[in-house]
Amino acid sequence: MARIEVDSVSKVWGATRAVDGVSFAAGAGSLLVLLGPSGCGKSTTLRLIAGLESVSSGRIRIGGTDVTDLPPAKRQIAMVFQSYALFPHLTVAENIVFGLRVRRTGAAERRERLARVAALLGLDKLLDRKPAQLSGGQQQRVALGRAIIAEKPVCLMDEPLSNLDAQLRHEMRREIRALQQKLGITMVYVTHDQTEAMSMADQVILMREGRIEQDAAPAVLYAKPATVFAARFIGTPPMNILSLGRKDLLLGIRPEDVILGDRGIEAQVESAEYLGADTIVACRVGGELALVRAPGRVDFASGAPTRLSWRRDAIHWFDAATGRRRDDVTDAPQDLIRETIA
Amino acid sequence: MTELAAGTIARRRTGRGFIPSIHGWLLLLPAAVLLVSFTHWPTAATIIDSFFSTPKGARPAVFVGVENYEAMLDDPIFWRALWNNVVYCIGTIPASIALALLMAVFVNGRLAGRGFLRLAYFTPTVLPMIAVANIWLFFFSPSYGLVDQVTALFGAPARNWLGDPSTALWCIVVVTIWKEAGFFMIFYLAALQQISPRLAEAAALEGASRWYFFRRITFPLLMPTTLFVLVNAVINAFRLVDHIVVMTRGGPDNATALLLFYIYEIGFKFWDTSYAATLTVVLLAILAAVAIGQFLFLDRRVHYQ
Ligand SMILES: Nc1ncnc2c1ncn2[C@@H]1O[C@H](COP(=O)(O)OP(=O)(O)OP(=O)(O)O)[C@@H](O)[C@H]1O
Ligand SMILES: [Mg+2]
Repeated sequence: MARIEVDSVSKVWGATRAVDGVSFAAGAGSLLVLLGPSGCGKSTTLRLIAGLESVSSGRIRIGGTDVTDLPPAKRQIAMVFQSYALFPHLTVAENIVFGLRVRRTGAAERRERLARVAALLGLDKLLDRKPAQLSGGQQQRVALGRAIIAEKPVCLMDEPLSNLDAQLRHEMRREIRALQQKLGITMVYVTHDQTEAMSMADQVILMREGRIEQDAAPAVLYAKPATVFAARFIGTPPMNILSLGRKDLLLGIRPEDVILGDRGIEAQVESAEYLGADTIVACRVGGELALVRAPGRVDFASGAPTRLSWRRDAIHWFDAATGRRRDDVTDAPQDLIRETIA
Repeated sequence: MTELAAGTIARRRTGRGFIPSIHGWLLLLPAAVLLVSFTHWPTAATIIDSFFSTPKGARPAVFVGVENYEAMLDDPIFWRALWNNVVYCIGTIPASIALALLMAVFVNGRLAGRGFLRLAYFTPTVLPMIAVANIWLFFFSPSYGLVDQVTALFGAPARNWLGDPSTALWCIVVVTIWKEAGFFMIFYLAALQQISPRLAEAAALEGASRWYFFRRITFPLLMPTTLFVLVNAVINAFRLVDHIVVMTRGGPDNATALLLFYIYEIGFKFWDTSYAATLTVVLLAILAAVAIGQFLFLDRRVHYQ
């Protein structure tokens, strides 16, 4: 078990600050997700931890040892690449035991560990195939096998599921999480898919333009987003951010917290999108658009008048100037309080 | 009823398929005409000519059976040229391929000025063989040539590198390696760029050394390129004789007479066209055998993506 500590790490390429003063720690045996939009520096952060890129400034510690200046092989980590990086001319078995061969592990032990990993990942029948003869999900498992056979305490993954279909992705998500917990691996997992982050992580680091936007458990990220960006990045459809005529504050309210009915703010229905379990209703409130998730099927004519209300504790306040969360707004403006149900 | 319908459909399909296939054949025709008249027909004519005598003045060619081949087996210069060619192959092919691979791996890495290096390595290839031969003619010239000037620094006496039967062929070998390695490097470089840098990173994470990675990953992945380069190298070893014409004219004492150069001399210096045809058939047979052998035996050991 190894704890990973990243201490004010930056990576600069010319004018690009790919990673900009990032600090966080992943507890031993936990799964930490690096989440964020494309180009925010997730892969770069992961590659810095792996030692595949050198830091411009800052320190990285793994299991208490400062590894900042150590080569990748000396960092006690395994990695699954986004593209899997399987060796195309080697069989599945040879791909998996590649590292053991490099380190001259005995043939008997190699065979035994291969059998164990293959059984764990359901690869027993595929050991003699070449990577090109496997499906995307099977290739992913081989990459995973290559990472776990090393029995390294830390495993890094860069969007390992991005090439898979929804069904398989869902399955692999659970498999990876189960495996990580069973083996007690400290895992850093990169994704830009918020569902993946929410369902797998012990801790989520939300990044934006090379900086950390929020570092919290998934539930906290959802319940108490630190910024407008975090609020809108997590949740589908994203949180409504309404100014409701105020200059200093923004009101955030999740679509699932809005109640359609005959009380509250006046609004007009613009459209309703039926999704099966619920309906997403777009309403115009003043000059702004608010989305409402209504359970079941709700039929509305476009332009129909309705009213929106919400519970007081469902409101998130943000500073209009900085976009940061404001938990100190206790006496909300009268005209807004009026619309809430106590 | 169904059978009838099926028959109609089948007939219609052939009827419709005929017009596109005529189109196809018409499109192929210009290329086919060129290929047949300049490649296939001369090949066939050469084989036929090798069974006839050389026409001289009023005497037309007569059928002589395998007489030309018997003469060939008794011709010591033929055997000398063949042996020279074998030595030349062994001297040039592995060395130029190894050098090409080495240069490609070197300039593929992250190093300053690699664009310049690539260009420098490639330069011999773009130079015409005649020009290359002239440059090296100067390098090898006794006493004031570059080679002798360098060896003189170590106190070695002046030598006539190209005039000595024991060194002349090796001089030709060196020139060929110099000329060909850069060309083959381009193929290796293109293949190396196809290999994802992630593979090297994955291996580095496992603690593989650069040499281990080259041996287990890079080299096997380059096998298709190696096979291609090998075939080309063998063909070139029998096909390229420009530098011999410029540098030694096969001398001294046939020490640098390669098979194709000998054919050229027989055919265009002594105008013994049937004997030249006979030698050409042997050359073709050798090349065909080598090419087939390479593809049959090596192909199985090559991983194609
Ligand atoms: N080798 C490099 N040289 C220069 N800039 C780079 C390099 N690698 C990444 N960058 C830049 O650094 C920034 C962060 O890139 P990074 O690959 O970490 O993004 P990411 O969060 O992984 O995005 P994605 O989700 O699209 O994979 C980007 O602006 C990118 O253009
Ligand atoms: Mg990335």
